[in-house]
Amino acid sequence: MSELLARHPILIVSAIKVIVLMFLLLTTLAYLSWFERKVVAHMQSRWGPYRAGPHGLLQPLADGLKFLFKEDPRPAGVDRLVYYLAPFLSLSLALTSIAVIPFGPKEIQILGHRTPLAIADLNIGLLFLFAITSLGVYGVALAGWSSNSKYPLLGGLRSSAQMVSYELALTMSVVGVLLLAGSFNLREIIENQKNFHWGFLPRWNIFAGPFPQLLGFFCFFVAAIAETNRLPFDLPEAESELVAGFHTEYASFKFAMFFMAEYASMITVSCLATILFFGGWLSPFPDTRAWAWTHFLPTVLFGLGGLYVIWDGIRYETVLGRILLPGLGAVFCLLAAAFTIPNVNDFVQGPFWFLLKVSLFLFFYVWLRGTLPRFRYDQLMAIGWKVLLPLSLANVVLTSLAIVWFKR
Amino acid sequence: MTAPAIIFFLLAGIALAGAVSLILQRHPIHSALSLIVVMMALAGLYLLLGAEFVAAVQVIVYGGAIMVLFVFVIMLLNAGAEERTNLSRMARLVGLPLGFFLAFELVYWVARAGPAGSSAQTAVSSTRELSKLLFQKYALPFELTSILILIAILGAVVLAQRER
Repeated sequence: MSELLARHPILIVSAIKVIVLMFLLLTTLAYLSWFERKVVAHMQSRWGPYRAGPHGLLQPLADGLKFLFKEDPRPAGVDRLVYYLAPFLSLSLALTSIAVIPFGPKEIQILGHRTPLAIADLNIGLLFLFAITSLGVYGVALAGWSSNSKYPLLGGLRSSAQMVSYELALTMSVVGVLLLAGSFNLREIIENQKNFHWGFLPRWNIFAGPFPQLLGFFCFFVAAIAETNRLPFDLPEAESELVAGFHTEYASFKFAMFFMAEYASMITVSCLATILFFGGWLSPFPDTRAWAWTHFLPTVLFGLGGLYVIWDGIRYETVLGRILLPGLGAVFCLLAAAFTIPNVNDFVQGPFWFLLKVSLFLFFYVWLRGTLPRFRYDQLMAIGWKVLLPLSLANVVLTSLAIVWFKR
Repeated sequence: MTAPAIIFFLLAGIALAGAVSLILQRHPIHSALSLIVVMMALAGLYLLLGAEFVAAVQVIVYGGAIMVLFVFVIMLLNAGAEERTNLSRMARLVGLPLGFFLAFELVYWVARAGPAGSSAQTAVSSTRELSKLLFQKYALPFELTSILILIAILGAVVLAQRER
């Protein structure tokens, strides 16, 4: 082990990073489903999951166990290889794409080796991401085809058409950002958004001169929602027409894999939106002495959250809740205290702002789901080809004109 | 053997296996999937040569766009498994000799060329260099190609349009 570490340190260090990130990501995926159910429930004046654990906090665990132990029938006449390949393909591609996302500016030290806070810092990070997402359509299409059933086939066909159509707008909409940054590297794209207009408005790409990428962001986010098959564009799994679309014939853990893939791509897209348009890990406040207090915002947020959880927990109706919730709150408060240590405080700034922005996007996703009805299929295609694609092309032309005009 | 050599032979083996499986599979979807494996292995080889941009474009264009359309069309036509026949007379009399001739020719020329020269050294790897070549030195052929593709697309639309 130590010999291997000496000869190929990058292998061991990367393996450690992959294991840690996978653990965090899968936990986040599980709790994202809890978050979505809770938020949508409250929007619809319901309680949402409430039985498994206090406030349903153990629900993801229960769901995971249920998926593992359910019977896993294989329908008659399926194409065996492709039927088993499809969910695997979906999940592994969705999880791979997180590898190039940088979470913070600081380097970390693992076993004496300094390494960036991302699994891989690629020159072509953004292209790599698009390459992976462009392959994501196979999981859905092949699942639909191999199930040997009419509803999955229709769902698979719809989703291939939808994803191919929206990928075009998705790719074109980020060209403006690339023109401003002059790099495919996600780290450099973020560093390029550093400064401030007039001392307070952050020069993120969405506000950046010479041409703010508002149009680009609109196209990107709409196309991204369609690309991840979420409401209001979840035509591939429209219940009222297609039962459950491409995964109708899947049960047990194979269904769970599709489910996790959907949430993983939601996270990736939110990360990408944050990086490309909202300055990634950069704080929205200027880095001057007058704004130095904002460095303690992580402490304030975690501290208040922890205190609220403790206050709520001690009055909870079950004994388990009265133990678990104050414990959770105490952990939050401890984290808040830890964030005041100068070194730690310096380190958490980047990841804090990054994750805060990403969670805002995730909330936006859920909010959309709770608000908008589903589009009709012809409307979906019309929006993709007749609205988003021309708009994103216009964005490319306008941005390049502005750059040539102002930066001469 | 060094690490790049091991990776090269691994990827080359995967590409060859995919190509053979593409021909031997009886179902069109399986053949299409084999072709995707070949494309991915080729992208890996480009990556090994340091041509990151070409590798990414290989995956995006061939893996993500063209092959998706192949799979889409196969799914739409609901093509069943192919029948396996013994070689037809045409294939036996013309195809086999031509195939052997092609194989012989390839082996002959590769053997004569000897070990690879320094051509890989001059290859353009960075995206910036590549785009400079594409949009300055070769701008005219590049634009002409895109017009050609546009004409092809329009032709396809006209041909596919139903009579009104």
